[in-house]
Amino acid sequence: MTITQHQQQAYIAGQAAEARLRFELETEGMTLNIGPQHPATHGTLRIVVRLDGEQVVWADPVCGYMHRGYEKLCEVRKYQQVTTLINRIDWLGHFANEVPFILAVEQLYDVEAPPRAQWIRTIFFEMARMANLGLFLGDMGVQLGAITPVFFAFRDREHVLNLMEAATGGRFHPNYDRVGGLKEDLPKGWVDECKEVMKRQREFCDEMEELLVGNEIFQTRTRGIGVIPQQIGLDYGLSGANIRASGVDWDLRRDRPTPLAWKEADWKVWTHPDGDSFARYWVRLQEVRESTKIVDQLLEGLPSGPVMAKMPARLRVPKGEAWVNTENPLGEMGYYVVSDGGPSGPFRCKIRSASFNNISIVPWLLRGVYVPDVITILASLYFILGDIDR
Amino acid sequence: MSETGPERPSQPGDGPPERMDLHETSTPEGQRPAEESGSPQSVGGEPAPEASPAQPPADATATPSPAVTASGDQSQPEPDPPPAPEPDPIRDQLVERLRAVLGEAVVDSVVQKGDLWVRVHRDAWRRTAQLLKDSGFTYFCFLSGIDWLPNPELSNRYEQVFTAEGDGADPEETTPSTIETGLAGGETRFQVFARLYDVQRKFGVTIKADLDDEAPSVESISSVYRGADWHERETWEMFGFDFVGHPGLRHLYLPTGFEGFPLRKDFPLLARVVKPWPGLVDKEPVPGEDEEEVPAT
Repeated sequence: MTITQHQQQAYIAGQAAEARLRFELETEGMTLNIGPQHPATHGTLRIVVRLDGEQVVWADPVCGYMHRGYEKLCEVRKYQQVTTLINRIDWLGHFANEVPFILAVEQLYDVEAPPRAQWIRTIFFEMARMANLGLFLGDMGVQLGAITPVFFAFRDREHVLNLMEAATGGRFHPNYDRVGGLKEDLPKGWVDECKEVMKRQREFCDEMEELLVGNEIFQTRTRGIGVIPQQIGLDYGLSGANIRASGVDWDLRRDRPTPLAWKEADWKVWTHPDGDSFARYWVRLQEVRESTKIVDQLLEGLPSGPVMAKMPARLRVPKGEAWVNTENPLGEMGYYVVSDGGPSGPFRCKIRSASFNNISIVPWLLRGVYVPDVITILASLYFILGDIDR
Repeated sequence: MSETGPERPSQPGDGPPERMDLHETSTPEGQRPAEESGSPQSVGGEPAPEASPAQPPADATATPSPAVTASGDQSQPEPDPPPAPEPDPIRDQLVERLRAVLGEAVVDSVVQKGDLWVRVHRDAWRRTAQLLKDSGFTYFCFLSGIDWLPNPELSNRYEQVFTAEGDGADPEETTPSTIETGLAGGETRFQVFARLYDVQRKFGVTIKADLDDEAPSVESISSVYRGADWHERETWEMFGFDFVGHPGLRHLYLPTGFEGFPLRKDFPLLARVVKPWPGLVDKEPVPGEDEEEVPAT
C-alpha cells in the first residue's frame, strides 16, 4: 500500500525494537475489532487493528455501516427538497450543512440572498459550530476518562439548540435555509436571548479550559500523541481544526470569497504548531470562542430588511456547475452541484464532507501507537459518522 | 515523480520538463493580456491566437459542446457573452502555464465566477496532478466522477408533475436525450474530476478528464496525493472507474460482492421503482399559483 512509507516503517521498527529492549517480552500478534458499536467511534465505524503487544501495527477503518446514498438521492429530489437530506450529514453541525449547498444553487441560479439573510445565516452557521464543537470539547474528556466535562457540554449546548428551535422550529434539523434567503425572520426577543447564550458559551469555554486544558493527566494523554505533519495532513486533505492544529493557516471563512458576513466581523484564525491531539483540542476551544465573538458582533450590526429574495415557486436552475465549500465545524464541506437545466433537481451533487478525508488518515496515523492512544487520536480527529458515510 | 509509479504512456506534448515552476511571474512570451487564455472572457477573439506559440489550437476533433463553455476555438465568437466578466489574471496565468507544459493534453479550460476548470486528456491525468502538486497545489480536496447519461425515466416522472401543474414544460424540451456535458466540455459519457487547492495563494482548480465509455479507466493519483486513495476506492465502486496503479481497490461503502455501480445513471434507484414518489400523490398546491386544482395521480 502507498501508506507504507519508508520513514514510517523505520519509525515503527525503531519503536518496536525499543519496546522489546525495554520490556524483554515476547509479544503475540492479534487482530482487534474496535467498533462498530464502541462509544469511542461516534457511531458505527469499525476499525480493524492488528496489534503487536500493545502497539498497533496495522489499522483499517471499515465504513459504510451508515451509508445512505445521499448523492444518488439528491438526483431524484428537487433543489428545495435536498436540504432535508443534507441536514443529516453532520447531525451536530446541522445548519452548517445546508449553507454550502444553498450557496451553490444560488450561484447557479445567479441570485443573492438579501443582506439580513446572509447575516442570520452566518450567525446560525457559527451557532451550529458551537453546538458541534461544544460537544467535542466535553466528549474528548470522556474518551480520556474524565466524565464531568461532557455534562457541562450537553448542558450548554442545550441553550444553543433552544435558540435554534425558537427561530427554525427544529432542534437538530432546522431546514431553515432556502434558495434566495431564509424560511422566516427571527422571532421577537431572539437577539437579546442570543447575547445571553453567547456569554454562557464563553463561560463554558473557560470552564473547559480549567477542567481539561490545564489538567496534567489530560496533557500527558494528549501531548505528542498522534502528530500529523503539515505536509501529510495536506496530502490527505485534512481540513478544519485538524489541519490548523498542524500549523496551516487555512480557513475558508476568511480565505474564500463568500456572500456570508464573516468579513464584517473582527475575529482571528487560530493555529497551533504542534499537530498533536492536544493542539487539535486547543484549536477547537479557541474556535468556539471566536464563534461567540463573531455572533456578538453580527448581532450588533444586524441589518434590517427582508430575509428572502423574490423567488419563483418552482426553481428552474440554469445549466451549469458550481462548487461551493465552507468551513464547517468538522472541516471543509463542499457541494459540487451540476444542473442540466431541467425542472427536476440536481443532475449530480457530489458531497465533499470533511470527516471522510479526516478519517482517511487513520491507517497512516495509527501505525505504531499504543492501544489507549488509539482512542485519544480518534477522539481528537473528531469525526461524525454521518459525515463519513453520507 | 516517484519511482513506484507506473510507466507513463507517451503522449503528444510530452516534451517540456516535468517540474516547471508555475509560480513564475514573467511568462516567456512576456505579459500577455489576460483575456487570451481560453476563457469565456475572450470575447470576439480579437487577440490573434497565432501570436502566442504556447497556446495550442483547440482540439479539432472535439465536438464543441452545446454548453456555454470556452474552448480555445477563438474563431467562433460567443453569441451571447456573459455580462462583463472580471479578468482573472492568477487563474488565467495558471492555465497558460499548464498549456505550456502539457501542450495538447490540456483539452479545454474555463474561468468563470472566480473558479477554474481544466479538462485534460486522460493519459495526462496523473501527470497533471503531479504538476499541480509540484507547483503549490498541495491540498487534496476530493475526487469523484460524473455520468453524463441523461436519465429519461427520472425526467419523465418529473415532467408528469410539472406539466400537470401547467408549468409549461414541454416534454421534448426538458428531456435531454443526448449527452450534454458541462463546463469545460466533454466527449464521452464518463468524466473523472478532482479538486485541488493551493493553500498559500488561496485558490483552487477543478481538473477533469474524459473516460472511455466501455472501459472507463484512468491512472491513479493516489501516489501523488495520499488522500486520493479512499476517493478512488469510492469512485471505483460507485461508478466502476478503474484506477490503474491504485494499491488496493476494495469496497469502501458497499458490501463485498455488490454488483452494479450505484451512481451510474442507468442504475435504478430501487426505492423509486417499487413505490411511486409520494410527492406525486399527495401534493399541496403552491400558494400564489392556485389557478387550477392538481388532480391526484
